[in-house]
Amino acid sequence: MDATLPLLILVIPLAMFLLLGLFGNKMSHPLAGTLGTLGMGTTLVLAYTVAFTYFFSGDPSFVAENGDRLQHVVFDQTWLAFTKNLVIKLGFLLDPISAMMLVVITTISFMVHLYSMGYMRDHHGVYEHGFQRFYAFLSLFSFSMLGLVVATNIFQMYIFWELVGASSYLLIGFYYTKPSAVSASKKAFIVTRFADLGFLIGILVLSFYSQTFNFVEFTSAAVSGVADTYQVSVGTSEGIRNIFETAAAPTFMGASVLTWALVLIFMGGMGKSAMMPLHIWLPDAMEGPTPVSALIHAATMVVAGVYLVARLFPLYLMETAALDIITVVGAITAFYAAMVACAQVDIKRVLAFSTISQIAFMMVSLGVARPEFHHGLGYMASMFHLFTHAMFKALLFLGAGALIHAIGSNDYTEMHGLRKHMPITHWTFLIGCLAIAGIIPFSGFFSKDEILSSCLGNSTFVYIWMSAVAALTAFYMFRLYYLIFWWKEHETPEGHHAPHDQPWTMSLPLVILAVVSCVAGFIPFGNFVSWNGQPYDFMAHFDWGVATVSLIVAVLAIAFATVMYRKENPLPAKFKNAMPALWRWCHNRFYWDELYIFITHKIIFGLVCKPIAWFDRHIIDGSMDAMASVTNKASEEIKPLQSGQIQLYVWVYLIGALLLGGITAICIL
Amino acid sequence: MDYSQFLFMKQEIGLLIVFLAVFLYDTFMPRKALPALPAVSAGLMLILTVLGFSNCMAGGDGVETAFAGMYETSPIINAIKNVLNVGVVIVLVQSIKWANSEFMSVRRGEFYELLLVTLFGMYLMISARHFLLFVIGLESASLPLAAMVALDKNRYESHEAAVKYILTACFSSAIFMMGIALVYGLSGSLYFSGIHTAVAGGNSLMLIVAIAFVMAGIGFKLSLVPFHLWTADVYQGAPTSVTSYLSVISKGSAAFAFLVMLVQAFGAIYADVWEWMLYALIILTITVGNLFAIRQRNMKRFLAFSSVSQAGYIMLGIVAFNWMGVAALIYYILVYIFSNLAAFGVIGAIENATGKVSMDDYRGLSKTNPRLAFCMMLAMFSLAGIPPFAGFFSKFFIFTSAINQGSIAIYVLVLIALINTIISLYYYLLVVKAMYISDETPVVENFRSAASEKAGLWISIAGVMFLGIVSCFYTSILEMAKASEVFFLH
Repeated sequence: MDATLPLLILVIPLAMFLLLGLFGNKMSHPLAGTLGTLGMGTTLVLAYTVAFTYFFSGDPSFVAENGDRLQHVVFDQTWLAFTKNLVIKLGFLLDPISAMMLVVITTISFMVHLYSMGYMRDHHGVYEHGFQRFYAFLSLFSFSMLGLVVATNIFQMYIFWELVGASSYLLIGFYYTKPSAVSASKKAFIVTRFADLGFLIGILVLSFYSQTFNFVEFTSAAVSGVADTYQVSVGTSEGIRNIFETAAAPTFMGASVLTWALVLIFMGGMGKSAMMPLHIWLPDAMEGPTPVSALIHAATMVVAGVYLVARLFPLYLMETAALDIITVVGAITAFYAAMVACAQVDIKRVLAFSTISQIAFMMVSLGVARPEFHHGLGYMASMFHLFTHAMFKALLFLGAGALIHAIGSNDYTEMHGLRKHMPITHWTFLIGCLAIAGIIPFSGFFSKDEILSSCLGNSTFVYIWMSAVAALTAFYMFRLYYLIFWWKEHETPEGHHAPHDQPWTMSLPLVILAVVSCVAGFIPFGNFVSWNGQPYDFMAHFDWGVATVSLIVAVLAIAFATVMYRKENPLPAKFKNAMPALWRWCHNRFYWDELYIFITHKIIFGLVCKPIAWFDRHIIDGSMDAMASVTNKASEEIKPLQSGQIQLYVWVYLIGALLLGGITAICIL
Repeated sequence: MDYSQFLFMKQEIGLLIVFLAVFLYDTFMPRKALPALPAVSAGLMLILTVLGFSNCMAGGDGVETAFAGMYETSPIINAIKNVLNVGVVIVLVQSIKWANSEFMSVRRGEFYELLLVTLFGMYLMISARHFLLFVIGLESASLPLAAMVALDKNRYESHEAAVKYILTACFSSAIFMMGIALVYGLSGSLYFSGIHTAVAGGNSLMLIVAIAFVMAGIGFKLSLVPFHLWTADVYQGAPTSVTSYLSVISKGSAAFAFLVMLVQAFGAIYADVWEWMLYALIILTITVGNLFAIRQRNMKRFLAFSSVSQAGYIMLGIVAFNWMGVAALIYYILVYIFSNLAAFGVIGAIENATGKVSMDDYRGLSKTNPRLAFCMMLAMFSLAGIPPFAGFFSKFFIFTSAINQGSIAIYVLVLIALINTIISLYYYLLVVKAMYISDETPVVENFRSAASEKAGLWISIAGVMFLGIVSCFYTSILEMAKASEVFFLH
């Protein structure tokens, strides 16, 4: 494939960032918004073209003769060459999951660009302060995220990984005059950076032993005949397998080095994808503007961890212990987040915890995936859920944004009964809820069902556990839905308009995403994405038993939510009073934040940092000061040497030459 | 005689044509046309540089030798000549205003002609594979420089600088010749390759003294400590354009020639003899250069000592003793040319407009001349090696290449160099502090720089900003170094 289109996919958002960042203040607000949206629109078209070409053109560098999908390196440019092996490249890798992610990112990003043109203005049409900056940051984020998914090597991924972290930080703290937004952005940055430390160590360990950063060398073998094209090999490519699987495989503290590396890399994924116990930043990240939450903290950046594990999946298959850890972490997180989501009042927080829970679904799905069961169904299901979740969760967030924009508050107690006033928001939100609850024929049903099937294949316990989480999901989503759109509406105060639907720039993305959420389930995803590129029939692995059970569970959960929250009634209060401790723990998110504050303030700051600070101030600074004063003194002392007299110069010259020879001679001879 | 051998010397012939054109222009053009001479020479040099980068000036694809092995050309030699050309173009552009000043109007031709002659000498030094040719290059690169230093005839310091320069140059040449004579006595050959074979057998007192003398001779050109004492006085006394030429072009060419000479003539006894000499020289050079730089208030003296310590870093590329070191050395020279010329560009602009060269006069410069102050700041950041400016990458690569050599001693050496970068950070930031964080009333009034000075600064600053981040410069040098077999011994 010609490198022009792929290169443009990265260059256009970057150019937009530079343009809007440097000259945005000189532009009018609508111009900046339109430029950003047009730039993203162009990227969208290019990304669709590339993905379409990859999936459907049948080019031998994309599809093997037997129909397997191949990994194709479009370009791979050396950026920094440190040593022969330690070479950092920047490139563009095209394979099923990166092509899929291109579609997801550009779609959601374009919707958010369009939506923000309406959202970032108040009811009188006045643009928010920093509107151009907002679009510049959105472009920066899109660039970083696209660079992340097409990375040809793990170091490039790391670079862009940090870039998305930085742009997420900038966007969460967009309202930088609000103290809560500032502290939320700091929290997000610090927590994910902490996780990235593990990621970096993992990268170093892995590449130290394998002598490469390249994904294709980690996971695939070259295809003969087509340059720059690779096939995911049965395990991984020979060299890596030899290093890590022979009897002489290096070990550390009882576990193989590969396990350590993979778990450490997964730690980076835990940070970005908000797995327990590193999830605490994501709910707070809702302080950012809602379109940002939809783009970054629901659809794209937070699934980077899932994408990372999927990218290295053949390596993880070599160490199933690491996959088991992923399963456990994912399962606990999914359940925890679903519990907490049942007891929140802020609608964005409910959605945030729901996001954590759904990403955990994807993680579990990867964790239970094995090639021997259903053709590695879990891998495909995870990616499928990533795809459908991105669409319906972005829809829910954008819907929530429309509500917040209309009401001016995040609190559902101030909403109630909005279905008559905001019909478009109501219907699209309902579709989102049905999709996430897993009701046929909405997209979430299909992807979630496959996840449950693959769980069943691995362990019945995991299957039952995840089904319970699915029930909770349906329950809290419909609780939210009824509380917002049903109940008796509040009186509109005198002189205020009743809440109403938003301009077309906001409604159009809602409608488009709703349509996608309705039909995306019917995409034969197995044809496009599988762990080793072999397409397979998705219906052949469809487990009708699991489907029926999950559907019944979801319907029951919705029915329960309907009974409790359809109208204002005393039932929820009764439940709350029956289990006050449970409610309190769920409402306060199991006191994780308090635990963190205790650990950081009391233990780390008090017991570790204070002595270190003392040491730093007195010992290290002291020795530095001493060095500086010695340097200064010496500099003063040798000043007379530079006398300005040529006789002395020549004299020193001669002595220098003789000493150089003399001392060397004495030392050597 | 086979005249086709001259085809390998395309760079030299091109330079000769430029020189003749400038000379004829200066001699035969009417007086009215003479003010265009600086622009004409800069333009001709620019053409030569562009031609040098397009492949047609390359002597050949691989390593080619001519004139019975006296002269050699290869991609990397072509590259270093191109790098020097780039630097010369910037120097010429920056000097246009100065060369057209009233005082210079009768002697501007001299400046350009002498400059081109010295450049020719440097070309010969770089390509020489025989000590006679090397000496011819060395001398023709040194002697005209004395005349250039003395150009500013009305200033007493200029005379003094020229005298100091010429005396030290003579003295160092004598020592250098003495060293060569000893080498010839030992090996019976003046070819680098002949010496290489002859000295491979072992070492003797005579050989060690010979190498020490040769090092001292080149150490003068590079201003390595303790052969550096002329540097500060000459840099201060010479006209700023000559100083910038001395500090980057003369030094850059000598560094590469030194590398080739040591590796090809004495490479066989690297670990036995001269490795440790060079370690000592590097530590002395970096440290002493830094210690003196801290105290300087005159900007030109300050940059003189800064350039002494930078030469020490450049030498790290030689002790690396591998082709990565060659690439890192050339890259360092390239970056150093841009960073130092940016600094000298600002100094020259301020000196031409106000006559002020003291660091105290730079206080509050950011308020009156924000753009010049900004250029100076970037230059200082790059010289100090702060990312993402080019200077960081050049230091990084030269340290990496040195560490790749792998001995404990070199780790210690690089550690000392690293500690010295911290010291250098202090004095480079002193300039930035004076310009930006100073409450006193600015000394230098706001003024408009000439278009030529602006152009020179723009080019230098572009280099400082992009030479590092855009990786293709270093990568292509690396490729050429790999292909050129500097370590291949004929």
